[in-house]
Amino acid sequence: MRLEARSGVSRVAMLAAPIMAIVATLLICALLVRWAGAPVGRAYMLLLEGGFGSRFAWSETLTRATPLILTGLSVAVAFRARLFNIGAEGQLYLGALAAVAVGGQVDGAAAPWAQQLPTGLLFVLMVAAGMLAGALLLLGAAWLKTRLGVDEVVTTLLANFIVLLFVSMMLDGPMKDATAMGWPQSVPLVPELELSKLMARSRVHSGLLLAGALAVILWAVNRFTVFGLQMRAVGANARAAAFAGMPVRRVTMWAALLSGGLAGLAGVVEVAGRTSYLTLDISPGYGYAGVVIAMLAGLHPLGVVAASVFVAGVLVGADGMSRAVGVPNSIADVIVAVALLAMLVATMLTRYRIRFDAQGKAA
Amino acid sequence: MQVPILRLSNITKRFGQLTANDDISLELRRGEVLALLGENGAGKSTLVSILFGHYVADAGTVEVDGQLLPPGQPRAALAAGIGMVHQHFTLADNLSVLDNIMLGTQPLWHWRLERRAARDRVLALAERFGLAVRPQARVGELSVGERQRVEIVKALYRGARVLILDEPTAVLTPHESETLFATLAQLIAEGLSVIFISHKLDEVLRVSDRIAVLRGGRLVAQCAAAQTSKAELAELMVGRVVSMPERAARLDADGASEAPAVLALQKVGACGADGRALLREVSLQVRAGEIVGIAGVSGNGQAALAELTSGTLAAAEGHVTLAGKPMPARPRAWIEAGVARVPEDRHAVGVIGDLTVWENAASEQLGEPRFSRGGVIRRAAAQRFARELVARFDVRTAGIDVPARTMSGGNMQKLILGRALSVRGEGIVPLLVVASQPTWGLDIGAVAYVRARLLDAAQEGAAVLLISEDLDELHALADRIAVMHAGRLTEARPTAAWTLGELGLAMAGAGEGAHGAAGAGEVLHAA
Repeated sequence: MRLEARSGVSRVAMLAAPIMAIVATLLICALLVRWAGAPVGRAYMLLLEGGFGSRFAWSETLTRATPLILTGLSVAVAFRARLFNIGAEGQLYLGALAAVAVGGQVDGAAAPWAQQLPTGLLFVLMVAAGMLAGALLLLGAAWLKTRLGVDEVVTTLLANFIVLLFVSMMLDGPMKDATAMGWPQSVPLVPELELSKLMARSRVHSGLLLAGALAVILWAVNRFTVFGLQMRAVGANARAAAFAGMPVRRVTMWAALLSGGLAGLAGVVEVAGRTSYLTLDISPGYGYAGVVIAMLAGLHPLGVVAASVFVAGVLVGADGMSRAVGVPNSIADVIVAVALLAMLVATMLTRYRIRFDAQGKAA
Repeated sequence: MQVPILRLSNITKRFGQLTANDDISLELRRGEVLALLGENGAGKSTLVSILFGHYVADAGTVEVDGQLLPPGQPRAALAAGIGMVHQHFTLADNLSVLDNIMLGTQPLWHWRLERRAARDRVLALAERFGLAVRPQARVGELSVGERQRVEIVKALYRGARVLILDEPTAVLTPHESETLFATLAQLIAEGLSVIFISHKLDEVLRVSDRIAVLRGGRLVAQCAAAQTSKAELAELMVGRVVSMPERAARLDADGASEAPAVLALQKVGACGADGRALLREVSLQVRAGEIVGIAGVSGNGQAALAELTSGTLAAAEGHVTLAGKPMPARPRAWIEAGVARVPEDRHAVGVIGDLTVWENAASEQLGEPRFSRGGVIRRAAAQRFARELVARFDVRTAGIDVPARTMSGGNMQKLILGRALSVRGEGIVPLLVVASQPTWGLDIGAVAYVRARLLDAAQEGAAVLLISEDLDELHALADRIAVMHAGRLTEARPTAAWTLGELGLAMAGAGEGAHGAAGAGEVLHAA
């Protein structure tokens, strides 16, 4: 058995790849569902219904998809420029912390300095602070990479733990909500800063629109602007990009700002749209899921939206399924992981074909 | 009749649409040198890769001594006595010569015990075949010629009876090539058989007994070396008659000195990222309308000189000026000054393979108002530019919207050349052309094309700095030639003033051997 390069990648193959990957994923995971002792068909039906089968299911899936789109975009932007940002999780938390620091209540109202400001301006300040916090966190890693050649995978990954401990310290110390009965959680945001709901009796908030709009904007930046082309060029071949006169370091730094800012925004949006205060479990790994989503989407900004909805739907649907047929809901993580692997294989198969030759085995 | 030592029967190998080897049948007789001649992409490397078990043929068989060789198993090929010396050596720099030779031949746990015996065997082989190697030397410290000898000894150590040499002279000085040819004669005298892969006609005619010519994956001719000619081989290889452009009227030393110097280097020194000196006290002037050639064996600082004059390497000392102005080490500055730059490595530096042809065509000038406004690419303008460039420079591509990596090396080089020569806008000749190994690895048609364009540029008034390891190329194009060795550059003398012998001596550091080179350059400099 050996791999052989195909002469070209056809459009049909590119579209068929994700579909085949999902089919393969469902087939593989069916074995696990079976093993758990549940009827496969019914389990999958429940999964589908739980994720997409009703107005409520959709509202939950979209709520879950909102931060995933943002972290997915964050990772996609960085990876496109070959900056391997594994730190979206930490950037998300730092962004959320900054948002609470700017927009949090003091004695039941906005902070004294903020009371003079119009709500709109305060909102912009809160968002900017959150994005800046995430961006600066990644900027440090990018600076170490471009100047000293320090591997950003290591620095961004480790920064996650530092940030989590830092947030934990803040939530147990200076930023702790004294009225939270001892729980490590921050003060809530000023109510006027919270994002509006999109649907009645649901948790879907306008952060979803923001995330969707950013996906479209990023797609346009990639496709139509000099900066987008330079990012792709630097990511594909930094040496050649430098030779052609592109400012490689500057492009990397801007990509870092953008990526970190998007992850920070995910934190802002979660606080302002969903919880209104910061806790240490605000993200069940959205930052890491962003890596999976970006890869599933082939780093394409619009693909990130689709991949986020898929992943969110699986996560939400698995909860319902586990309650009904007794398959542990960690099956969701397995499905997402298998989907990523299947997608990587499918992408490879668009470029290579497998050949089985009898000759090779004969000897 | 005697059984041939090696027989390839009806070998066919396809990669997707491309048929790399089409029904090739070939025999290697005992004690002969068979040359495989062909252009890049003719299928030579594929054929020997099948022979050596790197690839499995779609059809056809390989027999050694009448025994069928199992396909796809380099170990089986080694066991059957096939040894291969790759163009890019497969030696570990940090190990000694002896360790490199023994690597993979010993069971893991018995290494120490066998070492002395192995060393004796290596020395015995070296003596028998006249291959001077030092078993204890570290490979990283050896010259290219010595490394090649180690590769050959390595093959012999494993009991090779058939030796395959893939473009062995590509990395050697003329003198080192002579040594290699003597070695080949010795190998044949000792009963080995050799397959010699090359696209250089002169040396093929010199060293081989028989010549097999491949073109487009087919075996187009087999002939005895004694019964053919250079012209006939060239035509067989290319499939048509190709005339190589040459510099018509050369500027003599006096004529050139009247034109203003465009590029001037004054005692320039430069270091690599590891602090190793790459250039030492390099002085050079290139005048408008003049082609200055830089000769030298690969790895003596030519790459650094090209980077320096492309804006990707900073001078640590000395002065670099362009039209009288000092130049910073930023590619942007050199592009804006109107310097056409053709890098040595077209795949890794020249183009960005994942970007489209049009994006690559416009990549040097994206910021210019004609290609972007307010940071938004003027796609239509950039694509029009690319289409015209593709047409004017005869770039064969499936379109301007396909990834650049889908192009062949020759077409990639034409695209790079077109982009570089358009650095000041279409039809405006660049101030300076820096071309580093511009025809390396191209087929003859593309070579002729690239050379003609460089000649045109000089004719129209550009200063041309041509860095090439191909002495024929320098002779055909350059007005003056300077030789680089160990980071030092000789004075640039008119092409006619160099004899081949002198060039060879200068390339080898004036005959002081590869290691004592630091002083050798100075002697030449003073001369």
